[in-house]
Amino acid sequence: MSQIVILGAGTAGTMIANRLRRRYDEAIQRGQTTITVVDQDPRHVYQPGLLFVPFGIYHPDSIVRPRAMQLHSKVCYRQSGIDHIESAARRVVLSDGQSLPYDVLVVATGTRIAPEETEGLQGREWQHSIFDFYTLEGATALRHKLATWRGGRLVVNVVEMPIKCPVAPLEFSFLADWFFTKRGIRDNVTITYATPLDAAFTKPIAAETLGHLLDDKKVELVTEFNVGRVDNERKVLVSWDDREVPFDILVTIPLHQGAEFLKRSPHLVDDNAFVLTNKQTLQSTVESSIFAIGDATNVPASKAGSVAHFEADVLEANIDRYLAGRELLQEFDGHANCFIETGFDKALLIDFNYDTEPLPGRFPLPKLGPMSLLRESRVNHLGKMAFRWMYWNLLLPGREIPGIPTRMPMAGKQRPLAAGLTKETL
Amino acid sequence: MTTMMIAGAALDLDDEGYLTHPEQWTRGIGEEIARGLGITMTDRHWVVCDFMRERYLATGSAPSMRSLGKESGVAIKELYQLFPKGPAKLASKIAGIPKPHGCI
Repeated sequence: MSQIVILGAGTAGTMIANRLRRRYDEAIQRGQTTITVVDQDPRHVYQPGLLFVPFGIYHPDSIVRPRAMQLHSKVCYRQSGIDHIESAARRVVLSDGQSLPYDVLVVATGTRIAPEETEGLQGREWQHSIFDFYTLEGATALRHKLATWRGGRLVVNVVEMPIKCPVAPLEFSFLADWFFTKRGIRDNVTITYATPLDAAFTKPIAAETLGHLLDDKKVELVTEFNVGRVDNERKVLVSWDDREVPFDILVTIPLHQGAEFLKRSPHLVDDNAFVLTNKQTLQSTVESSIFAIGDATNVPASKAGSVAHFEADVLEANIDRYLAGRELLQEFDGHANCFIETGFDKALLIDFNYDTEPLPGRFPLPKLGPMSLLRESRVNHLGKMAFRWMYWNLLLPGREIPGIPTRMPMAGKQRPLAAGLTKETL
Repeated sequence: MTTMMIAGAALDLDDEGYLTHPEQWTRGIGEEIARGLGITMTDRHWVVCDFMRERYLATGSAPSMRSLGKESGVAIKELYQLFPKGPAKLASKIAGIPKPHGCI
Protein backbone atom coordinates (compact mmCIF):
# COMPACT_ATOMS: atom_id res chain seq x y z
CA MET A 1 0.00 0.00 0.00
CA SER A 2 1.37 3.40 -0.96
CA GLN A 3 0.29 6.30 1.16
CA ILE A 4 0.99 9.62 -0.48
CA VAL A 5 0.51 12.66 1.72
CA ILE A 6 0.55 16.18 0.32
CA LEU A 7 0.76 19.13 2.66
CA GLY A 8 -0.92 22.21 1.26
CA ALA A 9 -3.66 22.35 -1.39
CA GLY A 10 -2.85 25.61 -3.09
CA THR A 11 -1.72 25.84 -6.69
CA ALA A 12 1.11 23.32 -6.42
CA GLY A 13 -0.54 20.91 -4.00
CA THR A 14 -3.73 20.73 -6.02
CA MET A 15 -1.92 20.18 -9.31
CA ILE A 16 0.28 17.38 -8.01
CA ALA A 17 -2.62 15.73 -6.18
CA ASN A 18 -4.77 15.67 -9.31
CA ARG A 19 -1.92 14.46 -11.51
CA LEU A 20 -1.07 11.64 -9.13
CA ARG A 21 -4.73 10.69 -8.91
CA ARG A 22 -4.87 10.34 -12.67
CA ARG A 23 -1.71 8.25 -12.71
CA TYR A 24 -2.78 5.97 -9.87
CA ASP A 25 -6.50 5.90 -10.54
CA GLU A 26 -6.70 2.12 -10.75
CA ALA A 27 -4.52 1.55 -7.73
CA ILE A 28 -6.69 3.96 -5.77
CA GLN A 29 -9.82 2.07 -6.88
CA ARG A 30 -8.28 -1.16 -5.61
CA GLY A 31 -7.29 0.44 -2.33
CA GLN A 32 -3.57 0.02 -2.98
CA THR A 33 -2.77 3.69 -3.08
CA THR A 34 -4.16 6.62 -1.17
CA ILE A 35 -3.57 10.29 -1.79
CA THR A 36 -4.32 12.56 1.15
CA VAL A 37 -4.07 16.33 0.97
CA VAL A 38 -4.04 18.52 4.08
CA ASP A 39 -4.91 22.21 4.17
CA GLN A 40 -6.25 24.44 6.93
CA ASP A 41 -8.15 26.98 4.81
CA PRO A 42 -11.31 26.05 2.88
CA ARG A 43 -10.80 28.86 0.38
CA HIS A 44 -8.65 28.46 -2.72
CA VAL A 45 -7.56 31.89 -3.83
CA TYR A 46 -6.49 32.56 -7.43
CA GLN A 47 -3.40 34.46 -6.37
CA PRO A 48 -2.56 36.07 -9.73
CA GLY A 49 -5.90 37.86 -9.34
CA LEU A 50 -4.84 39.62 -6.14
CA LEU A 51 -2.91 42.19 -8.19
CA PHE A 52 -6.15 43.35 -9.80
CA VAL A 53 -8.26 43.60 -6.65
CA PRO A 54 -6.85 46.91 -5.33
CA PHE A 55 -7.69 48.57 -8.65
CA GLY A 56 -11.26 47.31 -8.88
CA ILE A 57 -10.49 45.16 -11.94
CA TYR A 58 -11.43 41.96 -10.12
CA HIS A 59 -13.87 41.76 -7.24
CA PRO A 60 -12.44 39.84 -4.24
CA ASP A 61 -15.25 37.26 -4.44
CA SER A 62 -14.43 36.45 -8.04
CA ILE A 63 -11.02 35.00 -7.25
CA VAL A 64 -12.00 32.55 -4.52
CA ARG A 65 -13.41 29.05 -4.93
CA PRO A 66 -14.00 26.24 -2.43
CA ARG A 67 -10.74 24.40 -1.94
CA ALA A 68 -12.18 20.90 -1.80
CA MET A 69 -13.91 21.39 -5.14
CA GLN A 70 -10.58 21.74 -6.93
CA LEU A 71 -9.48 18.26 -5.87
CA HIS A 72 -10.66 15.11 -7.59
CA SER A 73 -13.12 13.07 -5.52
CA LYS A 74 -10.65 10.19 -5.25
CA VAL A 75 -8.21 12.46 -3.40
CA CYS A 76 -8.85 12.54 0.37
CA TYR A 77 -8.97 16.11 1.59
CA ARG A 78 -8.26 16.73 5.29
CA GLN A 79 -9.09 20.21 6.44
CA SER A 80 -6.70 20.71 9.29
CA GLY A 81 -3.71 22.61 10.52
CA ILE A 82 -0.36 20.84 10.62
CA ASP A 83 1.71 20.65 13.76
CA HIS A 84 4.95 19.07 12.57
CA ILE A 85 6.64 16.43 10.45
CA GLU A 86 8.29 13.41 12.08
CA SER A 87 10.58 12.48 9.22
CA ALA A 88 12.27 9.52 10.92
CA ALA A 89 8.92 7.93 11.73
CA ARG A 90 7.52 8.98 8.35
CA ARG A 91 4.43 10.64 9.67
CA VAL A 92 2.84 14.04 9.91
CA VAL A 93 1.24 15.19 13.15
CA LEU A 94 -1.80 17.40 12.64
CA SER A 95 -2.92 20.27 14.89
CA ASP A 96 -5.40 18.07 16.72
CA GLY A 97 -2.68 15.55 17.50
CA GLN A 98 -3.73 12.96 14.93
CA SER A 99 -1.00 11.26 12.89
CA LEU A 100 -0.84 10.75 9.17
CA PRO A 101 1.69 8.11 8.16
CA TYR A 102 3.22 8.36 4.69
CA ASP A 103 5.37 6.49 2.21
CA VAL A 104 5.92 9.69 0.27
CA LEU A 105 5.43 13.20 1.59
CA VAL A 106 5.09 16.24 -0.65
CA VAL A 107 5.51 19.61 1.00
CA ALA A 108 3.43 22.14 -0.95
CA THR A 109 2.68 24.62 1.79
CA GLY A 110 3.83 27.61 -0.19
CA THR A 111 5.17 30.80 1.26
CA ARG A 112 3.56 33.30 3.57
CA ILE A 113 4.26 36.96 4.11
CA ALA A 114 5.79 37.76 7.49
CA PRO A 115 5.21 41.48 8.09
CA GLU A 116 5.87 40.93 11.80
CA GLU A 117 9.55 40.45 10.95
CA THR A 118 10.03 44.12 10.01
CA GLU A 119 9.96 46.57 12.88
CA GLY A 120 7.05 48.99 12.69
CA LEU A 121 5.39 47.43 9.65
CA GLN A 122 2.41 46.24 11.69
CA GLY A 123 2.33 49.33 13.86
CA ARG A 124 -0.32 51.97 14.13
CA GLU A 125 -0.53 52.57 10.38
CA TRP A 126 -1.02 48.92 9.39
CA GLN A 127 -4.25 48.70 7.39
CA HIS A 128 -4.64 52.49 7.64
CA SER A 129 -1.90 53.69 5.33
CA ILE A 130 0.22 50.54 5.15
CA PHE A 131 -1.16 47.63 3.12
CA ASP A 132 -0.12 44.39 1.49
CA PHE A 133 -1.82 42.97 -1.60
CA TYR A 134 -0.47 39.46 -1.19
CA THR A 135 -3.45 38.36 0.90
CA LEU A 136 -7.14 38.59 0.09
CA GLU A 137 -7.73 40.70 3.19
CA GLY A 138 -4.86 43.04 2.39
CA ALA A 139 -5.81 43.50 -1.27
CA THR A 140 -9.44 44.15 -0.32
CA ALA A 141 -8.51 46.74 2.31
CA LEU A 142 -6.22 48.46 -0.19
CA ARG A 143 -9.06 48.52 -2.70
CA HIS A 144 -11.21 50.49 -0.27
CA LYS A 145 -8.35 52.90 0.42
CA LEU A 146 -7.50 53.57 -3.22
CA ALA A 147 -11.14 54.02 -4.24
CA THR A 148 -11.39 57.32 -2.39
CA TRP A 149 -7.77 58.43 -2.12
CA ARG A 150 -7.19 61.88 -3.53
CA GLY A 151 -3.46 61.58 -4.02
CA GLY A 152 -0.08 61.88 -2.37
CA ARG A 153 3.03 59.70 -2.14
CA LEU A 154 2.46 56.05 -3.00
CA VAL A 155 5.44 53.86 -2.15
CA VAL A 156 5.76 50.23 -3.21
CA ASN A 157 8.46 48.47 -1.23
CA VAL A 158 9.91 44.97 -1.36
CA VAL A 159 11.45 44.12 2.01
CA GLU A 160 13.71 41.23 0.99
CA MET A 161 14.09 38.55 -1.67
CA PRO A 162 12.80 35.94 -2.37
CA ILE A 163 9.17 36.88 -2.82
CA LYS A 164 6.47 35.10 -4.72
CA CYS A 165 5.73 36.50 -8.13
CA PRO A 166 8.80 38.78 -8.23
CA VAL A 167 7.26 40.91 -10.98
CA ALA A 168 4.05 41.69 -9.09
CA PRO A 169 5.40 44.77 -7.26
CA LEU A 170 6.40 46.24 -10.62
CA GLU A 171 3.02 45.34 -12.11
CA PHE A 172 1.40 47.08 -9.17
CA SER A 173 3.38 50.22 -9.89
CA PHE A 174 2.44 50.13 -13.59
CA LEU A 175 -1.23 49.54 -12.80
CA ALA A 176 -1.19 52.35 -10.26
CA ASP A 177 0.02 54.72 -12.98
CA TRP A 178 -2.84 53.56 -15.20
CA PHE A 179 -5.41 53.72 -12.38
CA PHE A 180 -4.66 57.27 -11.32
CA THR A 181 -4.36 58.42 -14.92
CA LYS A 182 -7.83 57.06 -15.63
CA ARG A 183 -9.17 58.83 -12.56
CA GLY A 184 -7.60 62.08 -13.72
CA ILE A 185 -5.45 62.52 -10.61
CA ARG A 186 -2.10 61.16 -11.85
CA ASP A 187 -0.49 64.57 -11.34
CA ASN A 188 -1.45 64.45 -7.67
CA VAL A 189 0.33 61.15 -7.15
CA THR A 190 4.00 60.22 -6.97
CA ILE A 191 4.75 56.52 -7.31
CA THR A 192 8.02 55.25 -5.87
CA TYR A 193 9.32 51.70 -6.19
CA ALA A 194 11.88 50.91 -3.48
CA THR A 195 13.72 47.60 -3.87
CA PRO A 196 16.67 45.83 -2.20
CA LEU A 197 17.90 44.79 -5.65
CA ASP A 198 20.38 46.93 -7.53
CA ALA A 199 18.01 47.43 -10.44
CA ALA A 200 14.31 47.03 -11.29
CA PHE A 201 15.18 44.15 -13.59
CA THR A 202 18.20 42.19 -12.56
CA LYS A 203 18.89 40.35 -15.77
CA PRO A 204 20.82 42.48 -18.29
CA ILE A 205 18.75 41.95 -21.42
CA ALA A 206 15.47 42.49 -19.60
CA ALA A 207 16.96 45.51 -17.82
CA GLU A 208 17.91 47.11 -21.11
CA THR A 209 14.64 46.30 -22.86
CA LEU A 210 12.38 47.31 -20.02
CA GLY A 211 14.31 50.04 -18.26
CA HIS A 212 12.34 52.70 -20.08
CA LEU A 213 9.01 51.45 -18.75
CA LEU A 214 9.53 52.93 -15.32
CA ASP A 215 10.61 56.27 -16.78
CA ASP A 216 7.71 56.35 -19.23
CA LYS A 217 5.25 55.77 -16.41
CA LYS A 218 7.03 58.22 -14.12
CA VAL A 219 7.73 55.67 -11.41
CA GLU A 220 10.64 56.75 -9.25
CA LEU A 221 13.11 53.93 -8.63
CA VAL A 222 15.05 53.61 -5.36
CA THR A 223 17.50 50.70 -5.42
CA GLU A 224 19.61 48.83 -2.88
CA PHE A 225 17.06 49.87 -0.29
CA ASN A 226 16.95 47.39 2.59
CA VAL A 227 14.22 48.52 4.94
CA GLY A 228 15.13 48.23 8.62
CA ARG A 229 12.02 49.77 10.16
CA VAL A 230 8.89 51.78 9.50
CA ASP A 231 8.42 55.02 11.42
CA ASN A 232 4.65 55.16 11.94
CA GLU A 233 4.71 58.65 13.45
CA ARG A 234 6.41 60.33 10.52
CA LYS A 235 5.22 57.77 7.93
CA VAL A 236 8.70 57.08 6.69
CA LEU A 237 10.53 53.93 5.59
CA VAL A 238 14.01 53.82 7.09
CA SER A 239 16.73 51.58 5.64
CA TRP A 240 19.44 49.84 7.67
CA ASP A 241 21.89 52.46 6.44
CA ASP A 242 19.54 55.26 7.47
CA ARG A 243 18.19 56.31 4.10
CA GLU A 244 14.57 57.47 4.26
CA VAL A 245 11.56 57.19 1.94
CA PRO A 246 8.46 59.09 3.08
CA PHE A 247 4.99 57.79 2.15
CA ASP A 248 1.31 58.59 2.37
CA ILE A 249 0.39 55.08 1.32
CA LEU A 250 2.87 52.24 1.70
CA VAL A 251 2.22 49.09 -0.28
CA THR A 252 4.56 46.59 1.31
CA ILE A 253 5.74 43.24 0.03
CA PRO A 254 7.02 41.87 3.35
CA LEU A 255 9.64 39.23 4.08
CA HIS A 256 8.51 35.81 2.84
CA GLN A 257 8.94 32.62 4.79
CA GLY A 258 7.85 29.03 4.50
CA ALA A 259 4.99 27.71 6.62
CA GLU A 260 5.47 28.17 10.37
CA PHE A 261 5.26 24.49 11.28
CA LEU A 262 8.30 23.75 9.14
CA LYS A 263 10.45 25.63 11.64
CA ARG A 264 9.88 22.66 13.96
CA SER A 265 11.90 20.55 11.51
CA PRO A 266 14.97 22.76 11.16
CA HIS A 267 17.03 19.98 9.55
CA LEU A 268 14.65 19.98 6.57
CA VAL A 269 14.62 23.70 5.84
CA ASP A 270 16.77 26.80 5.40
CA ASP A 271 16.79 30.00 7.51
CA ASN A 272 13.48 31.14 6.08
CA ALA A 273 11.74 27.78 6.45
CA PHE A 274 11.98 26.84 2.78
CA VAL A 275 12.46 23.12 2.20
CA LEU A 276 16.02 22.15 1.17
CA THR A 277 15.24 20.68 -2.25
CA ASN A 278 17.26 19.22 -5.11
CA LYS A 279 16.72 21.71 -7.91
CA GLN A 280 16.47 19.08 -10.64
CA THR A 281 14.66 16.18 -9.00
CA LEU A 282 12.58 18.09 -6.42
CA GLN A 283 13.48 15.56 -3.74
CA SER A 284 14.46 16.82 -0.29
CA THR A 285 18.25 16.91 -0.01
CA VAL A 286 17.88 15.53 3.53
CA GLU A 287 15.17 12.86 3.48
CA SER A 288 14.56 10.65 0.45
CA SER A 289 10.87 10.09 1.24
CA ILE A 290 10.15 13.81 1.19
CA PHE A 291 9.64 15.94 -1.92
CA ALA A 292 8.68 19.58 -2.29
CA ILE A 293 7.00 21.68 -4.94
CA GLY A 294 6.02 25.27 -5.55
CA ASP A 295 6.83 28.23 -3.32
CA ALA A 296 7.75 25.98 -0.40
CA THR A 297 11.08 24.90 -1.90
CA ASN A 298 14.44 26.62 -1.76
CA VAL A 299 15.30 25.96 -5.43
CA PRO A 300 16.72 29.01 -7.20
CA ALA A 301 13.72 29.37 -9.52
CA SER A 302 11.18 32.17 -9.23
CA LYS A 303 8.30 31.54 -6.85
CA ALA A 304 5.54 31.50 -9.43
CA GLY A 305 2.55 29.40 -10.40
CA SER A 306 4.04 28.54 -13.78
CA VAL A 307 7.10 27.10 -12.05
CA ALA A 308 4.86 24.91 -9.89
CA HIS A 309 3.07 23.73 -13.03
CA PHE A 310 6.31 22.70 -14.76
CA GLU A 311 7.63 21.18 -11.53
CA ALA A 312 4.47 19.10 -11.20
CA ASP A 313 5.26 17.30 -14.44
CA VAL A 314 8.72 16.29 -13.21
CA LEU A 315 7.60 15.57 -9.66
CA GLU A 316 4.82 13.26 -10.77
CA ALA A 317 7.33 11.14 -12.67
CA ASN A 318 9.83 11.16 -9.81
CA ILE A 319 7.34 10.14 -7.14
CA ASP A 320 6.45 7.19 -9.34
CA ARG A 321 10.12 6.32 -9.76
CA TYR A 322 10.80 6.67 -6.05
CA LEU A 323 7.92 4.36 -5.13
CA ALA A 324 9.16 1.84 -7.69
CA GLY A 325 12.70 2.04 -6.35
CA ARG A 326 14.02 3.50 -9.59
CA GLU A 327 16.49 6.34 -10.17
CA LEU A 328 14.98 9.81 -10.26
CA LEU A 329 14.99 12.05 -13.33
CA GLN A 330 17.16 15.16 -13.10
CA GLU A 331 14.68 16.91 -15.31
CA PHE A 332 13.53 20.17 -13.88
CA ASP A 333 15.26 23.14 -15.50
CA GLY A 334 13.74 26.00 -13.50
CA HIS A 335 11.37 26.97 -16.30
CA ALA A 336 9.16 29.97 -15.50
CA ASN A 337 6.71 31.71 -17.78
CA CYS A 338 5.30 34.97 -16.48
CA PHE A 339 3.04 37.71 -17.73
CA ILE A 340 3.86 41.23 -16.59
CA GLU A 341 0.87 43.53 -16.70
CA THR A 342 2.04 46.99 -17.80
CA GLY A 343 -1.29 48.85 -17.72
CA PHE A 344 -3.44 50.34 -20.49
CA ASP A 345 -4.50 46.85 -21.67
CA LYS A 346 -0.97 45.73 -22.41
CA ALA A 347 1.33 43.15 -20.93
CA LEU A 348 4.74 41.60 -21.36
CA LEU A 349 5.65 37.95 -21.34
CA ILE A 350 8.93 36.53 -20.07
CA ASP A 351 10.01 32.91 -20.42
CA PHE A 352 13.20 31.74 -18.72
CA ASN A 353 14.87 29.03 -16.60
CA TYR A 354 17.81 28.43 -14.26
CA ASP A 355 20.40 29.04 -16.94
CA THR A 356 18.75 31.33 -19.44
CA GLU A 357 17.63 34.86 -18.60
CA PRO A 358 14.48 36.28 -20.22
CA LEU A 359 15.17 36.78 -23.93
CA PRO A 360 13.19 38.64 -26.59
CA GLY A 361 11.38 36.69 -29.31
CA ARG A 362 8.05 34.97 -29.91
CA PHE A 363 6.20 32.41 -27.82
CA PRO A 364 5.39 29.59 -27.99
CA LEU A 365 5.93 29.42 -31.73
CA PRO A 366 8.80 31.06 -33.58
CA LYS A 367 7.50 33.90 -35.74
CA LEU A 368 3.83 32.95 -35.29
CA GLY A 369 3.83 33.54 -31.54
CA PRO A 370 1.17 34.73 -30.86
CA MET A 371 2.77 36.09 -27.72
CA SER A 372 5.74 38.47 -27.79
CA LEU A 373 8.58 38.00 -25.36
CA LEU A 374 9.96 41.06 -23.55
CA ARG A 375 7.72 43.35 -25.54
CA GLU A 376 4.45 45.05 -24.57
CA SER A 377 1.46 43.86 -26.54
CA ARG A 378 -2.30 43.67 -26.25
CA VAL A 379 -2.22 39.98 -27.15
CA ASN A 380 -0.07 39.38 -24.09
CA HIS A 381 -2.60 41.23 -21.95
CA LEU A 382 -5.42 39.06 -23.33
CA GLY A 383 -3.28 36.06 -22.49
CA LYS A 384 -2.91 37.23 -18.90
CA MET A 385 -6.63 37.77 -18.50
CA ALA A 386 -7.50 34.45 -20.18
CA PHE A 387 -5.17 32.77 -17.80
CA ARG A 388 -7.76 32.76 -15.02
CA TRP A 389 -9.95 30.35 -16.98
CA MET A 390 -6.97 28.16 -17.79
CA TYR A 391 -5.95 28.08 -14.14
CA TRP A 392 -9.22 26.68 -12.83
CA ASN A 393 -10.04 24.47 -15.83
CA LEU A 394 -6.72 23.19 -17.15
CA LEU A 395 -3.88 23.72 -14.70
CA LEU A 396 -5.45 22.82 -11.36
CA PRO A 397 -6.91 19.58 -12.75
CA GLY A 398 -3.33 18.73 -13.66
CA ARG A 399 -3.54 19.14 -17.42
CA GLU A 400 -1.06 20.64 -19.83
CA ILE A 401 -1.48 23.78 -21.90
CA PRO A 402 -1.04 22.67 -25.51
CA GLY A 403 2.19 23.89 -27.09
CA ILE A 404 3.89 24.88 -23.84
CA PRO A 405 6.60 22.38 -22.87
CA THR A 406 7.84 21.67 -19.36
CA ARG A 407 11.45 22.47 -20.22
CA MET A 408 12.00 26.00 -21.48
CA PRO A 409 12.11 26.02 -25.28
CA MET A 410 14.83 27.99 -27.07
CA ALA A 411 12.78 28.03 -30.28
CA GLY A 412 11.55 31.50 -31.11
CA LYS A 413 14.04 33.23 -28.82
CA GLN A 414 16.61 35.73 -30.01
CA ARG A 415 19.87 34.67 -28.53
CA PRO A 416 22.56 37.36 -28.43
CA LEU A 417 25.65 36.19 -30.34
CA ALA A 418 27.92 39.13 -29.74
CA ALA A 419 27.51 42.74 -28.80
CA GLY A 420 24.86 44.26 -31.03
CA LEU A 421 24.12 41.08 -32.99
CA THR A 422 21.20 38.69 -32.48
CA LYS A 423 20.01 35.60 -34.28
CA GLU A 424 16.49 34.27 -34.19
CA THR A 425 16.81 30.59 -33.36
CA LEU A 426 14.36 28.28 -35.00
CA MET B 1 33.35 34.20 -16.74
CA THR B 2 36.91 35.41 -16.57
CA THR B 3 40.18 34.44 -14.98
CA MET B 4 41.96 37.06 -12.94
CA MET B 5 45.16 37.24 -10.98
CA ILE B 6 44.40 38.12 -7.38
CA ALA B 7 47.07 38.05 -4.69
CA GLY B 8 49.31 36.05 -6.98
CA ALA B 9 46.75 33.34 -7.77
CA ALA B 10 44.78 32.77 -10.98
CA LEU B 11 41.09 32.74 -10.04
CA ASP B 12 37.93 32.05 -12.01
CA LEU B 13 35.35 34.77 -11.50
CA ASP B 14 31.79 35.13 -12.74
CA ASP B 15 30.43 38.24 -14.48
CA GLU B 16 30.00 40.05 -11.20
CA GLY B 17 33.36 39.21 -9.67
CA TYR B 18 32.35 36.31 -7.43
CA LEU B 19 34.57 33.24 -7.24
CA THR B 20 33.13 30.40 -9.30
CA HIS B 21 35.29 27.92 -7.38
CA PRO B 22 35.10 28.75 -3.67
CA GLU B 23 37.86 26.24 -2.92
CA GLN B 24 40.41 28.48 -4.69
CA TRP B 25 40.00 31.09 -1.96
CA THR B 26 42.52 32.08 0.67
CA ARG B 27 42.40 34.81 3.28
CA GLY B 28 44.93 36.82 1.30
CA ILE B 29 42.64 36.70 -1.72
CA GLY B 30 39.80 37.89 0.49
CA GLU B 31 41.87 40.87 1.65
CA GLU B 32 42.68 41.75 -1.94
CA ILE B 33 39.06 41.54 -3.08
CA ALA B 34 38.06 43.72 -0.14
CA ARG B 35 40.69 46.30 -1.09
CA GLY B 36 39.25 46.34 -4.61
CA LEU B 37 35.85 47.08 -3.08
CA GLY B 38 37.23 49.91 -0.99
CA ILE B 39 36.93 48.01 2.27
CA THR B 40 39.76 47.74 4.79
CA MET B 41 39.30 44.47 6.63
CA THR B 42 39.28 44.58 10.42
CA ASP B 43 38.67 41.75 12.88
CA ARG B 44 34.98 42.69 12.89
CA HIS B 45 34.83 42.36 9.10
CA TRP B 46 36.43 38.94 9.37
CA VAL B 47 33.91 37.77 11.98
CA VAL B 48 31.23 38.31 9.36
CA CYS B 49 33.11 36.82 6.42
CA ASP B 50 34.29 33.79 8.38
CA PHE B 51 30.75 33.16 9.57
CA MET B 52 29.39 33.38 6.03
CA ARG B 53 32.02 31.10 4.60
CA GLU B 54 31.64 28.49 7.35
CA ARG B 55 27.87 28.44 6.95
CA TYR B 56 28.17 28.13 3.17
CA LEU B 57 30.67 25.26 3.36
CA ALA B 58 28.54 23.49 5.98
CA THR B 59 25.12 23.87 4.38
CA GLY B 60 25.71 24.75 0.71
CA SER B 61 24.04 28.14 0.98
CA ALA B 62 25.06 31.50 2.41
CA PRO B 63 23.15 32.64 5.50
CA SER B 64 20.37 35.15 5.01
CA MET B 65 20.76 38.69 6.32
CA ARG B 66 18.43 37.77 9.11
CA SER B 67 20.56 34.83 10.29
CA LEU B 68 23.69 36.84 9.83
CA GLY B 69 22.28 39.49 12.15
CA LYS B 70 21.07 37.00 14.73
CA GLU B 71 23.83 34.42 14.79
CA SER B 72 27.12 35.95 13.73
CA GLY B 73 27.33 38.20 16.75
CA VAL B 74 27.24 41.25 14.53
CA ALA B 75 23.88 43.10 14.48
CA ILE B 76 22.36 44.14 11.16
CA LYS B 77 22.98 47.82 11.78
CA GLU B 78 26.68 47.17 12.30
CA LEU B 79 26.73 44.96 9.20
CA TYR B 80 25.68 47.95 7.15
CA GLN B 81 28.39 50.09 8.75
CA LEU B 82 31.05 47.49 8.00
CA PHE B 83 29.82 46.76 4.46
CA PRO B 84 27.93 49.79 3.19
CA LYS B 85 24.94 49.14 0.93
CA GLY B 86 24.96 45.37 0.62
CA PRO B 87 26.54 43.35 3.42
CA ALA B 88 25.29 39.99 2.15
CA LYS B 89 26.61 40.63 -1.34
CA LEU B 90 29.91 42.25 -0.33
CA ALA B 91 30.77 39.88 2.49
CA SER B 92 30.11 36.85 0.29
CA LYS B 93 32.30 38.25 -2.48
CA ILE B 94 35.12 38.83 -0.01
CA ALA B 95 34.59 35.40 1.57
CA GLY B 96 34.93 33.77 -1.83
CA ILE B 97 31.47 32.22 -1.86
CA PRO B 98 28.71 32.59 -4.49
CA LYS B 99 26.39 35.57 -4.51
CA PRO B 100 23.32 34.94 -2.37
CA HIS B 101 20.18 34.22 -4.38
CA GLY B 102 18.20 37.09 -5.79
CA CYS B 103 15.57 36.38 -8.38
CA ILE B 104 14.15 38.29 -11.30
